[in-house]
Amino acid sequence: MKIKKNIPLIDQHNQNGFWGGKFGGNFIPETLKKPVEDLEILFARLRNSKKFISDRDKYFKNWVGSPTRFIKLENLTEHLGGAQIWSKVVSDANGGAHKIYNATVHCLIAKKAGKKYIVGDTGAGYAGKMLSMAAKKFGLKCKIFMGAKDIKRQGPNVRAMRKNLAEIVPVYTGSQTLVDAVSECMRYWVSNCDTTHMCVGSTVGPNIFVKICGWSTSQISRELYIQIKDTFGNIPKKLKLINCVGGGSSSFGFWNEFMHYDKKQIEFIGVEAGGPKKSKRHAAPLTYGSKIGVLHGAMQYVNQDKMGQIEETESISAGLDYPGVSPLHCFLKDTKRARYTAASDEDALNAYQLVTKYENLKPSLEPSHAFAEAIKIAPKLNRDTIIIVNSCGDAKKDKDILKKKLGKKI
Amino acid sequence: MRNEISLAFERLKKQKRPALLSYTVAGDNTKQKSLEILNSISKNIDICELGFPHNTPIGDGGEIQTSSYRSIKNGIKMKDIFQIVKEYKKNKISKPVILMGYYNMIFQFGENKFLNKCKKAGVSGLIVVDLPWPENRTFASKCKKKSITFVQLLSPTTSKIRLKKIVKDSHDMIYYISMLSTTGGKLKIAPKEILKNYYKIKKISPRKNCVIGFGITEKTISNLKSADGLVVGSAICKEISRSLKNRQNPVINVSKLVAKLKNKIL
Repeated sequence: MKIKKNIPLIDQHNQNGFWGGKFGGNFIPETLKKPVEDLEILFARLRNSKKFISDRDKYFKNWVGSPTRFIKLENLTEHLGGAQIWSKVVSDANGGAHKIYNATVHCLIAKKAGKKYIVGDTGAGYAGKMLSMAAKKFGLKCKIFMGAKDIKRQGPNVRAMRKNLAEIVPVYTGSQTLVDAVSECMRYWVSNCDTTHMCVGSTVGPNIFVKICGWSTSQISRELYIQIKDTFGNIPKKLKLINCVGGGSSSFGFWNEFMHYDKKQIEFIGVEAGGPKKSKRHAAPLTYGSKIGVLHGAMQYVNQDKMGQIEETESISAGLDYPGVSPLHCFLKDTKRARYTAASDEDALNAYQLVTKYENLKPSLEPSHAFAEAIKIAPKLNRDTIIIVNSCGDAKKDKDILKKKLGKKI
Repeated sequence: MRNEISLAFERLKKQKRPALLSYTVAGDNTKQKSLEILNSISKNIDICELGFPHNTPIGDGGEIQTSSYRSIKNGIKMKDIFQIVKEYKKNKISKPVILMGYYNMIFQFGENKFLNKCKKAGVSGLIVVDLPWPENRTFASKCKKKSITFVQLLSPTTSKIRLKKIVKDSHDMIYYISMLSTTGGKLKIAPKEILKNYYKIKKISPRKNCVIGFGITEKTISNLKSADGLVVGSAICKEISRSLKNRQNPVINVSKLVAKLKNKIL
């Protein structure tokens, strides 16, 4: 299995939609074959259309707010006394997280497809919040599927979705988290695919949804590439790009433009959610060697039992609380282009406290997992090494959890 | 030897009535009860579909999800499912069995091992909800070698060209999904429309047996009886749920429901 040069990673799948011959594909009911095929054709046309690209860039610039900041975390670097720690503050984007890119693109596609309704899934509530924002902006009616457990723990984002006039459909099946929200959303699409466009909230799902999302979030690394060159004059010799991985949309977007660099020069480190230290449950299929299986229409590494039932996950961060992971990341793992590790709930909370103590930055619990890894490795490295952490979400949505866990308001 | 499913359809053609296909989830609500249900409805059905439950189904509505969760919660394993089929096939009045489910179960079990087990237990056909054509070609031909009918699914969204190709590649039985819906949805289009699509399929290949499923209940079944076969699933699962809730015996209630369904298509 090898990564090809000069072809975007999202296009390196075979005829049946498999990356590396085995990850991804389209394990979908017959009813969805046609809508998925229609979407493939439409997206192939739009991504080559100058008008569509300029529309996308216009909305990214004027509405999403691009570029997001690229800053050095001076105090944290001093405190840890090793590698330089920088951050790409993607949470600057309108709405407070990277999910806005995918949501915006999906709404633009839905308009082109002549659909009046858009549906989406959400875990942390960011994908839902952004989709509801974008739907409102583009005049689409919006329905968001969200696990009942997540509705309880991500109150601020739920309120934001309601404010944007989206209908929130609570999902009570299974573990009542993201995995069930995605299933329910897909089932809804099966029944309504003639009138409704579906936005999958991450780089997961049937092949085309992985591609659209990856194409959208790649905005992050397009900006970063320019910012790095402006800041350092060229691409540093030792660069580490650290990102949390749930479904894998922010990390893929954070890495995409640097895919073809040698990993000795630019290392990708993906940090999955290890769950509570005392629990056996986790949301880290890549780190803990989960087996390959089918989830939500795609072949991937996924937490499952021997029979193939998908296992429940556990993580403090709703956004990473997913038993599977993008086929793109499975591909990056098996080709050894990226390295994956996990941070526990406790590691993430400690990282959050350290970052907020030293810096004027409030990463949500998801990127706090990435900061945990940065904090762990930075002291062992020298000043020439540049670590960049994608701070892909803002902690506002976590204020209830943080208050409960840390006993103080944020 | 002809496949049991084809033989069943042949017999029914002579009787000039459609096949009645039941769908229940293996192990709902227990292994024993689901076997008892099969035995008790066997005299009134012509083919029995038995679901192997999955906990993240993307094609099933609430009723079948509830049945599946119930079965998984009671600890059903793949070997239990084959055991149920084996026991059921010992019954003299047993009907052809079609196992139905999601690909991950088969993938984890191993395709070849799965098919061998099917053969040994007496399974005649397979429906894999999330393995559409053409991706299912390899697996379908493996089935054929074991003379297990791989049932291709068709839906109202299937394009004309695709329809032709799938029908051509299909085995003796085809399954037409009546409407855009997960299982158990309310029939939202007129039976006339459904039959119109159904006859389009029949025109492509009149000899292949085509059954209609999704949204078929006591109320709707008689309007569709000109089809080769009709599948009732969610309505049965719902009856099991209702019985359990009212502390009644699901075996008796489901048996009564199936008898009523049968009467409507005679």
